[in-house]
Order: sequence, then structure tokens, then C-alpha cells
Amino acid sequence: MANTFAFAESRGGALRRVAFETVSAARALADASGGGEVHAMLAGAPGVASLAAELGKYGADVVLVVEHAGLANTNVEALAATASARIKAGGYRAAIFSASAQGRDLAPRVAAQLGVSMAADVTSLELAGDAIVVKHPAYAGKVIATLKLTGSPAIVTLRPGARAAVEAAKDARIETVQPAVDPAASKLVVKEMVVGGGAKLDIGDAPVIVSGGRGLKSAENFKLVEDLAAAFGNAAVGATRAVTDDGWRPHSDQIGQTGRQVSPELYVALGISGAIQHIAGMRNSRTIVAINKDKEAPIFKVADYGIVGDVIEILPVLTAAVKEARAKG
Amino acid sequence: MKIAVCIKRVPDMETRFRIAASGTAVDEAGLKYDLSDFDGYAVETALQLNEKQGPGETVVISLGPDVVQEQLRKALSMGAERAVQLKADRVPTDGLSIARALAAELKDGGYDLIFFGRQAVDSANATVGPMVAEMLGLPCATAVSSLDISSGRGTARRDLEGAAEIVDFALPAVVTIDEGMPRARYPSLKGIMAAKKKPLEVRAAQLGDESLTLEKMELPPERAAGRIVGEGPGAVAELVRLLHTEAKVL
Ligand SMILES: Cc1cc2nc3c(=O)[nH]c(=O)nc-3n(C[C@H](O)[C@H](O)[C@H](O)COP(=O)(O)OP(=O)(O)OC[C@H]3O[C@@H](n4cnc5c(N)ncnc54)[C@H](O)[C@@H]3O)c2cc1C
Ligand SMILES: Nc1ncnc2c1ncn2[C@@H]1O[C@H](COP(=O)(O)O)[C@@H](O)[C@H]1O
Repeated sequence: MANTFAFAESRGGALRRVAFETVSAARALADASGGGEVHAMLAGAPGVASLAAELGKYGADVVLVVEHAGLANTNVEALAATASARIKAGGYRAAIFSASAQGRDLAPRVAAQLGVSMAADVTSLELAGDAIVVKHPAYAGKVIATLKLTGSPAIVTLRPGARAAVEAAKDARIETVQPAVDPAASKLVVKEMVVGGGAKLDIGDAPVIVSGGRGLKSAENFKLVEDLAAAFGNAAVGATRAVTDDGWRPHSDQIGQTGRQVSPELYVALGISGAIQHIAGMRNSRTIVAINKDKEAPIFKVADYGIVGDVIEILPVLTAAVKEARAKG
Repeated sequence: MKIAVCIKRVPDMETRFRIAASGTAVDEAGLKYDLSDFDGYAVETALQLNEKQGPGETVVISLGPDVVQEQLRKALSMGAERAVQLKADRVPTDGLSIARALAAELKDGGYDLIFFGRQAVDSANATVGPMVAEMLGLPCATAVSSLDISSGRGTARRDLEGAAEIVDFALPAVVTIDEGMPRARYPSLKGIMAAKKKPLEVRAAQLGDESLTLEKMELPPERAAGRIVGEGPGAVAELVRLLHTEAKVL
């Protein structure tokens, strides 16, 4: 029976979906080990404690609340020192972070401070005797590695969306934790947060993603992609690196090996060739549709349904048909 | 400035990988190797900084068996001044072990900047850079898509999901290089000739214990073959019908 630590990521005073995923994964691990507790660390500006109850819903027994004005923006050094100190003192068997941008930044620092090894970007994790065994997509997603962590605590980052959060209602106790170092003393400081995307659905949360590639021909033509997303109602717009490199879409829309890794219910690839680095980010989508004028395009090898043809010509017809289908219910 | 760049030798990702008989490695037969993409961008970034702000020195470091000298020579032919091989029979699976050896080499090097790739394209961990920074007690900006260095300070942009952060730090510092940074130049013939005479030191890598081990490698399950519904706008009706009745996503 061992307790498990989870880092519950928040941004701008709100929990991110990945916070529930790490807490839920920690719950599963604690239960598998015979019923230890899950301790979730929640850090942010004063007031962040009000989010603690939400973490209880996904199985946190204790929420470790770190409130400090110096944590309003990401303060990775203060977070790493505070998480490390707590993980060390708490005697946890494992510590789970998200493989989000913040988690990837934070977890390796914690591992180095504790002098223990970590497994990154895992899609599954389980106890195997004294060890923790994980799966990790490597080689641009073309190979799945099974890795064994024998050190303790085991540190892992969990791929966003790889494991859905499962509700497991607990009345989480709150424990206040002081930052282990002065947040004002950090050597690296976030000077500015640039928030993009507005109120639109984030790629990581959207059940449907319509994604455009160079086949769209111009930034202006992405209007057609946005129209299709709007017709679905629950869709976000993604893009390939060719598109983000050309500045047609922001870098944060990029899907693939080095962009976001997504697994929506439906992924619509429009004018996308299907380079391995792109496929690495979307191959786990439940249903994949591809439209490409080249019937030999590699994207058709991973697509469930394909249409061969000019995407500019097909998009308005598809948008109208989706609207009509949704109106019918 | 004195800039160190840590570079890893990796196979070309366009390959159709096969798993070796051991079950714990990819079959190396026929693989082509190069610097990991982001490490190439990191070398380029270092060279451009020193070209613009000179004088300076770019030192490239790679940990692994003697074959990594190929990638070190390539970086020298791009323009790096000096190379170091941290010799080991194989590259460990455990990023902490790699980080320890690199940190030991970098510690007293007097570097203003230490660059890493955002992640190696084979291991895809993105852990070695920030671990080294932590071991050396240096500020560390990870996954930066733009970087500005002036009067002993750095400003960098880090892309997050749907947002970005602009971070500020003092040198010496560790930076891991992401998309958005300049692509690696091709070595010129002159560069290739010059590289042959540049110093390449070989030292034993000080690897510690490993507690992350590779148990198995396998190919992911293939997706069941899909089908072409039809051609042109005329195929849309059938596609929408299938999304509704078969895939049940509409
Ligand atoms: C280290 C590294 C990391 C990378 N990471 C990523 C990543 O994270 N994400 C990513 O996406 N890429 C990534 N890439 C780039 C990747 O290799 C490809 O270059 C990129 O995905 C290609 O984008 P594309 O499909 O939009 O463009 P292209 O490959 O140019 O394909 C355009 C497609 O559009 C089709 N087309 C053209 N006109 C029409 C039309 N009128 N109607 C219909 N179809 C049309 C063409 O037939 C073609 O198939 C990475 C590369 C490297 C080296
Ligand atoms: N064997 C190695 N030799 C030199 N640098 C390495 C090695 N392995 C990893 N690195 C560096 O660490 C970065 C991140 O690697 P990883 O954490 O494995 O994704 C790489 O982009 C390189 O800059």
C-alpha cells in the first residue's frame, strides 16, 4: 500500500483537463497497489484552493495547495523545488505529471533534484511487483517501447488524452503547503503570457478535429476549414507543420510528433499528405477521414474513409452536408 | 560566446522500422543516421549567434560509441570549432544517466550557453536538457521557438497548448531548441575539408546506474485498412452517411 503523488496542472486560475487525467491515473495506481492515498498538488495564485474539490471528484484524497502571488504565472523553478520537497517528504511510490508543455518542463527537473529516473510521455503505466512498467511511443510513434522504472519514487509524465479521466468521488482534505523556495528568487521568469485561441475549443479537448495541410493553398482558405469546424459544432481546427511554418496558422495548432498529440473521436485531414511526423500525432484518433487529390497520398493508409479530389471544391459541399445531418439529429 | 551543443545520433525517421531479434531494439540493418533534427537546429542557432555576435566558440558533444564521431564531424563541417565524444558502448535508455555524464563534461567548461534539442527524435523524452540544467544549477528555458540573446541575458518564447510564454533569464543558461528555430545548414565542401583538421577529443562517459530499462520494443498495431468512398464532391453524401451510420460520429 503506497501513496501516489499527482501534479494537477492549472493555468490562469483554472484547472486543465490534464489535471484530472494525472489524478485519475494516480488513483488507478494507488488502488492497484492495495489502496494507498492520492495526493494532488495544486499550485497557483491565492484563490487557487477553491479548485481543490474538483480534484476530489477524480479520486484525490488530499489536495496539497500551494498558494503564492509569485505562482500566478508558471514559475517552474518554484514548482519543481516544492514538488520535489513534498515528494521526498511524502514517501510516495510514484509521482505523475502530465506530458503537457508545462509537465514536460517540470518533471525532469523534479527527477534530477530527487536523483531518480523518469519515464516520459507514457500512454500506460502499471505496477509490476516492485517496478512500474510503462508504454512510451518512440521513433516518431513508429515503435512502442515498454520501459521499466525500478527506482523509487518513479516519476512519469502521462501523454495528454492517452487515458481518460474517470470519476471516483472523494471528499478531498486540503493541506496547505508552503513554496519550498522563494518564488521571487527564480532565475527564469515568465515576463508575459500570450494567450491565443480565445474561447474556441482547444485541440486537446475537442471531440472532432478538422485539420488542414498545404493542400489548402493559402491562409485565406482556412476559412473553409473553420466553416466545417463550425458545422460540426464541437470541432477544433488543427494544422500540419507545413502550414504553421508558413504562418497560415499559429504554431500551437500544429498536430504531430512535435506538435500536439491528439486522439479525438473524429479527425478530418484536409489536403494533408500524411508524413510520419504528422501521423505520429493523430493515429490514435477513433475515426479518420482524409480528403486529398492524390490517391497515393500516405494519409489514405491510416484513414478509415477517404475522398479523392480537390479539397477546395469539396469543403463547401461537406460543410453543407454536415450542417444538414446535424440539423436532422 | 562559448556555446556547447549536445547532439545525438539517430536513425532517419522515414524508415520502415523493424524490430531486431532481441525484441529490445530496432533492426539497424540498412538504417541511415544523422543528427537528431532539433539538435541540428541547435547547432545552427549556436553558429548564427557566434557569427553575429562573435568572437566565440561552438563546441559539440555527443555521448555514444565511436559511430557518433560521424555526427560530430558533420557538426564540425557545419562550422563548430571543437568536438567531444563521451565514449560509451551504447547510449543508455535512462535519460538521467545520459544527463549525469553530460553534466560532468559541461560543468567546468565555462559555457555561456548550453543547447539541447527539445527532444531526441528517437527516444522522444525531452528530459536530458532540463535534467542537466538542474544538475548544473543553471536557468533553463525548454522548447523555445524563438531566442534573443543580448548583454548577458536571454529572452525566449515557449509555445504551450493554445498559448505562449515569454521567459527571461541571465546567462549562463541551458536552452532546449524547438520548431521555429533555424534549420540546420548543409555543410559546404570547404567546411567538410576544414572539419577533418578540427579537434575531436574522446573521453570515457561517466555514466551512473540506470533505473529506467528497456523491456521490449514493438510496432504499434496497424490501423485496419480504410476505404476510398469516392471521388470529388459527389462522394460527400456517402461519406456523411457512413459517418452517421457506421462510425457514429455524426
Ligand atoms: C523533426 C521533424 C518534426 C516534424 N514534426 C511535424 C509535426 O509535428 N506535425 C506535422 O504536421 N509535420 C511535422 N513535420 C513535417 C512533416 O515531415 C511534413 O513535412 C508535413 O507534415 C507536411 O505537411 P502537409 O501534409 O501539409 O504538406 P505536404 O506534404 O506538402 O502535402 C500536401 C498534400 O496536399 C495535397 N493537395 C494539394 N492540393 C490539393 C487540393 N487542391 N485538394 C486536395 N489535396 C491537395 C497533396 O496531394 C499533398 O498530399 C516534422 C518534420 C521533421 C523533420
Ligand atoms: N547520447 C547523447 N549525446 C548527446 N546529447 C544527447 C544524447 N542524448 C540526448 N541528448 C541531448 O538531449 C536532448 C533531449 O534528448 P531526450 O531527452 O532523449 O529526448 C537531445 O536533443 C540532445 O540535445
